Amino acid sequence: MELPPLLNFSPAELTAIRLSLKVALLAVATSLPLGVLVAVILARGRFWGRELLDVLVHLPLILPPVVTGYVLLLLFGRNGPLGRFLADSLGIVFAFRWTGAALASAVMGFPLMVRAIRLSVEAVDRRLEDAAGTLGASPAWVFLTVTLPLVLPGIIAGAILGFARSMGEFGATITFVSNIPGETQTLPTAIYVLTQVPGGDAAALRLTVVSVLLSTAALFASEFASRRVARRVVGL
Amino acid sequence: MSLEVDILRRLGDFTLEARFATDGRLTALFGRSGAGKTTLVNLIAGLLRPERGRIVVDGRVLVDTDRGIHVPKHRRRIGYVFQESRLFPHLTVRQNLLYGRWFTPAAARREELDRVVALLGIGPFLERGPALLSGGERQRVAIGRALLASPRLLLMDEPLASLDEARKSEILPYVERLRDELQVPIVYVSHSIPEVTRLATTMVLLSHGAVAAVGQVAEIMGRVDLFPLTGRYEAGAVLEMRVAAHDERYELTTLKASVGELRVPRIAAAIGAPLRVHIRARDVVLGIAPPEGLSALNVLAGRIAELGPLDGPIVDVRVALDGESLLARVTRLTIDRLALAPGRPVFAIIKSIALDRRSLGKIQPASEKIDVDEITL
Repeated sequence: MELPPLLNFSPAELTAIRLSLKVALLAVATSLPLGVLVAVILARGRFWGRELLDVLVHLPLILPPVVTGYVLLLLFGRNGPLGRFLADSLGIVFAFRWTGAALASAVMGFPLMVRAIRLSVEAVDRRLEDAAGTLGASPAWVFLTVTLPLVLPGIIAGAILGFARSMGEFGATITFVSNIPGETQTLPTAIYVLTQVPGGDAAALRLTVVSVLLSTAALFASEFASRRVARRVVGL
Repeated sequence: MSLEVDILRRLGDFTLEARFATDGRLTALFGRSGAGKTTLVNLIAGLLRPERGRIVVDGRVLVDTDRGIHVPKHRRRIGYVFQESRLFPHLTVRQNLLYGRWFTPAAARREELDRVVALLGIGPFLERGPALLSGGERQRVAIGRALLASPRLLLMDEPLASLDEARKSEILPYVERLRDELQVPIVYVSHSIPEVTRLATTMVLLSHGAVAAVGQVAEIMGRVDLFPLTGRYEAGAVLEMRVAAHDERYELTTLKASVGELRVPRIAAAIGAPLRVHIRARDVVLGIAPPEGLSALNVLAGRIAELGPLDGPIVDVRVALDGESLLARVTRLTIDRLALAPGRPVFAIIKSIALDRRSLGKIQPASEKIDVDEITL
């Protein structure tokens, strides 16, 4: 059966879609715990250097993505100090691998993720935490049973924002891990390449539609999830 | 049970320096707003640290700055019912109730869910979320949650302050039940004299961050020198009486004590039930001869024991009645006209109508279990 041209994906295009999803999921899954930690530290911590941490976290948001990608290349490249250390000690290689694309996406999405979670942490009524303490819960239990559930809408929002940001990441990814089909060629880089070659228009359009659909679906999922959770969090 | 407090804590310009000991079943911390009541309970609960001092509950040292002891709040096992209930919004009523119990070592668990639920009448909404409860229901759940952690001491910080009058009278009987039926001693913060006279056994009077007086409620309320602190409007004596008879025809109840009899609008309490009666000084009239042709039903005979300061238009007079005392508030003109002076025999006249349900509190020995619904004032 002949599929309409809009659905007739080539294997290379399917690979790019799958890779994009894989990269975005890995980026969110690995950066989320750190994102929660940093958000809590920024929202609650009172220590010297907090402003510095705040600036550092926000840096990828204001720097040109190409610069961020280049810094990642310098740090995590084969000859970069962190890259060599990780390769030698743990066998983790980022340079020109899909894991590198995930790292670039995670770094680029991190400020958005942290902002969303941080707002949520700041909104938590700390008097509830005091109440939990008088009921016998240690600080760690208070965090797990009171703070975290109340911050959940923010965590979901942060994760979705991070995911959406990952799906669209272009500049840092292409600078850091290049554009290798099947390894580091994600949706945006594939679209970019297709627009540069003659006759690539139909394929570029197909991937653009997929991109729009995925982003919209993510947004809906986040709305749905946070509304459900929000109902619970206000005690209905 | 005993509670010993001797602490100093500064908060900005405000300094709380409090020292008292109590072994009452329900100790009221009474004072105006800003007197330091909440700061004091927060120190006992461990939500605040004192600059220096000691807090000992039942011989267990919770705070001793000299010895560097500061037991963290989650290891104190002190229950806390907050003014604004502070129920966990993401948990159901049942989960809220069981929250503290879960952190209580099995050997220390005294309270069972069923018993607490029955005591507080919160069975019908166990599976609901806290947002759907009324203010009174929320406070009952908050009390239950604190109790189920089997605390050594229960702190209640103006638990009725955010409720309207109807809700207050809904909760008060439950607090009386806690006081009379459970083992746990209670420290109850309030700035309402009717609440204190109705509930408390012992009273700690706070003023400007210091303890002005500690003692039995009747004793503190009867002290003329403390009127500026206990509040002139509500100031008055507290008498413990028993229900002697009901008059069905006129719907009156007679209360009896060694000082005499009082007739009040009918109350639903069994004959013999002990009651605490708060007689406000402003509701008492004094006479030097037995009254005739007067509508008031209650006349008690006594002698003047003490006159308050004679420097304003109004003078507080303490009347001794067979070991108890009654307070009356009259004008200075009356003092001079009737030549009132310590030792002079007088008759105290109290309007029955002045003794409304707010002035009457149930008291009951811990051994007698009377169902709350039996006594509806």
